[in-house]
Amino acid sequence: MTTKEYESYYVPSQSHWPIVGAVALFLIAIGAGNYVSTLKSGEGGIGGYILLAGVCLVIYMLYGWFSNVINESMAGKYSHQMDNSFRQGMSWFIFSEVMFFAAFFGALFYARTLSVPWLGGADNNAMTGAVLWPEFVASWPLLVTPDGTETTQMGWYGLPLINTILLLTSSITAHLAHSALEKDNRKMLKIWLGFTILLGVVFLFLQVVEYMHGYSEEMKLYLTSGIYGSTFYLLTGFHGMHVTLGTIMLIVVFLRVLKGHFTPTNAFAFEATSWYWHFVDVVWVILFVFVYIV
Amino acid sequence: MTTDVIEQESHDDHHDDHKMKGIKRWLYTTNHKDIGTLYLWFAFIMLLTGGALAMVIRAELFQPGLQIVEPDFFNQLTTVHGLIMVFGAIMPAFTGFANWMIPMMIGAPDMALPRMNNWSFWILPFAFGILLSTFFMESGAPNFGWTFYAPLSTTYSNGSTAFFVFAVHIMGISSIMGAINIVVTIMNMRAPGMTYMKMPLFVWTFFITAYLLIAVMPVLAGVVTMLLTDTYFGTSFFDAAGGGDPVLFQHLFWFFGHPEVYIMILPAFGIVSTIIPAFARKKLFGYSSMVYATASIALLSFLVWAHHMFTTGMPLFGELFFMYCTMLIAVPTGVKVFNWVATMWRGSMSFETPMLFSIAFVILFTIGGFSGLMLALTPVDFQYHDTYFVVAHFHYVLVTGSLFSIYAGAYFWLPKWTGHMYNESLAKWHFWCSLISVNLLFFPMHFLGLAGMPRRIPDYALQFADFNKWVSIGGFAFGLSQLIFLAVVIKCIRGGEKAAAKPWDGAEGLEWTVASPAPYHTFSTPPKID
Repeated sequence: MTTKEYESYYVPSQSHWPIVGAVALFLIAIGAGNYVSTLKSGEGGIGGYILLAGVCLVIYMLYGWFSNVINESMAGKYSHQMDNSFRQGMSWFIFSEVMFFAAFFGALFYARTLSVPWLGGADNNAMTGAVLWPEFVASWPLLVTPDGTETTQMGWYGLPLINTILLLTSSITAHLAHSALEKDNRKMLKIWLGFTILLGVVFLFLQVVEYMHGYSEEMKLYLTSGIYGSTFYLLTGFHGMHVTLGTIMLIVVFLRVLKGHFTPTNAFAFEATSWYWHFVDVVWVILFVFVYIV
Repeated sequence: MTTDVIEQESHDDHHDDHKMKGIKRWLYTTNHKDIGTLYLWFAFIMLLTGGALAMVIRAELFQPGLQIVEPDFFNQLTTVHGLIMVFGAIMPAFTGFANWMIPMMIGAPDMALPRMNNWSFWILPFAFGILLSTFFMESGAPNFGWTFYAPLSTTYSNGSTAFFVFAVHIMGISSIMGAINIVVTIMNMRAPGMTYMKMPLFVWTFFITAYLLIAVMPVLAGVVTMLLTDTYFGTSFFDAAGGGDPVLFQHLFWFFGHPEVYIMILPAFGIVSTIIPAFARKKLFGYSSMVYATASIALLSFLVWAHHMFTTGMPLFGELFFMYCTMLIAVPTGVKVFNWVATMWRGSMSFETPMLFSIAFVILFTIGGFSGLMLALTPVDFQYHDTYFVVAHFHYVLVTGSLFSIYAGAYFWLPKWTGHMYNESLAKWHFWCSLISVNLLFFPMHFLGLAGMPRRIPDYALQFADFNKWVSIGGFAFGLSQLIFLAVVIKCIRGGEKAAAKPWDGAEGLEWTVASPAPYHTFSTPPKID
């Protein structure tokens, strides 16, 4: 062939999954809105059930939608160009996730380097300290807030260190699984993928143990414990939610591997999941340094 | 191989038959033109909804004293008016243009991810349904301004805040998916031979805008999440008593908010840069400088957010840094205005409605830009801050800027969309009524602001009474003028003079190589670009 043959770009015909997804998000939004509102007002409501229905509908939608996509891919309808669309789409999705975490890290750095020192009278804020909270002493982690709430620091050794090692190892096993797939070594692929999932699950378990420890009478580290507790729980919590999502993605990929899906040249879902996993890992390393150690 | 290609092509033809009838076509569609149409109609309905709220605001401000609404309800009106116009009218309208035009302009069969495209759209009606439903809740709608500053939105917020937060979350999801789709389409779906520097400027501006969206919508999601946990779960991000800072809210919000205002103006630049060359019958002056100027504006937009916060008591270094960065934006923007004028210079101009709106855009947007430059100066901003001068500034860039460009684009491509020419004389009525009334509406606001009238207040001192009366009259006239547009569009859809494939003799671009109305599927095999 002298000229490059044009590959047709697959444009799917009508699909009902997007509208199902939109209804699901609607149920989640009103359910969560109602549920959270009743937390404050104290009245019981049906918000929780609407939220649950929405989550179930999202899972149903994702299952159906991805089934369609997988079937189309297995039927050979996708071109190389389509594969590129998926890859670029996933990359920019991960970039948007980076920016989501950036907002919370921004809040952390702002509190550490600006707002807490200012409350203690730094720069030209001598009067802030003197007039509002004369007793307050600025420090990080902020264990005694200006209004006197006390808490303790979560150390970096122990569980957080173990978790760091677990997650770093899981990034390596994810990479080994990828190499095995590239060599078409299905056995090692299954083993390394299985290890990765296991490490993810153990990480999540230990994270729950750590939270229970934080919420104990002994540590008194709550969401309500001032800016230290706020940044600690929101950053680790959102990271944990991402690990959960990543683990679910890995499990789905694992089940697909068992069914014989993926070839060395056609494994977008596998690679996307592995990118996502590495991303979650990188976020943890930054988090470990700035939330726990420094 | 050859048979494969033939098979695939017959497959493409085949799925025309799948086009459903009635409501299902619109609910299930994966067609970029259908989705573009949905976005545009949704945006117009939201424009009229947000406009109706503005009419009540202007009725209340027609004379001093409280006549029509309670102060709390007035705050709800200004808040929801802002949210609807920004997230419900201007942004979806531009996404509608992107959907309709980008695949046709780059020679692609559709958007890169058509099902996700449908999902992005259908989230929006639900999100705005939730937002509008808060008016009927016991506590009323959000009342803290569209910028929802803490602690107004935390400590002092009313019972509907959680619904507001989750509505913003899902509209953010919609925007991010829409933006990813635009980026991937442009990066991956261009016809062979269309290099980046051969793309129409329209495509470039949407490309850069989509990057801005992917970068800042997640920050908005983050900041509303903190607002939610501060309000309902006792965290202290924006509470000094717990070591946080209400000013942190403003930093995070404007880190989103400033790129957001460019998200609402860069596509306008793209539309106007398409229309002016068509009616000046000259190539766009300085194409590559336009591309670089757009990119510089986008980059600078991440370094100017705190110019919204000069009066919060930032360190002096911060005030100066943000002042100079903001003034720097005038340079690439000036390049653009210069290029538009240079394109018209010695052109063989004609003044159909799209061109009228575009010329009005260039002049009136520049006025809005100059008042922006005044606001950028830290010392004088202390006088302008939170006055009607600010209201005048951003309505000049958003109404006579973004909205006028949307009208210009709508008139320009209506023949391509519907296959009929619109009624030119009715369209000119729309233009002249809008132009006169919009200036009556917003120009006196500059003087009101300089004289010290604060924004977001339902009542005012007596010396502002005369100007406010004229502003309100301008407001009602502008609101009514938009009904002319509705009439033009409906007439155009229902019939009228048949439009040729290329009804504007000076227009350029791949979209004019296909029939009017554009066939349901265009470019299932990419065209050749030289």
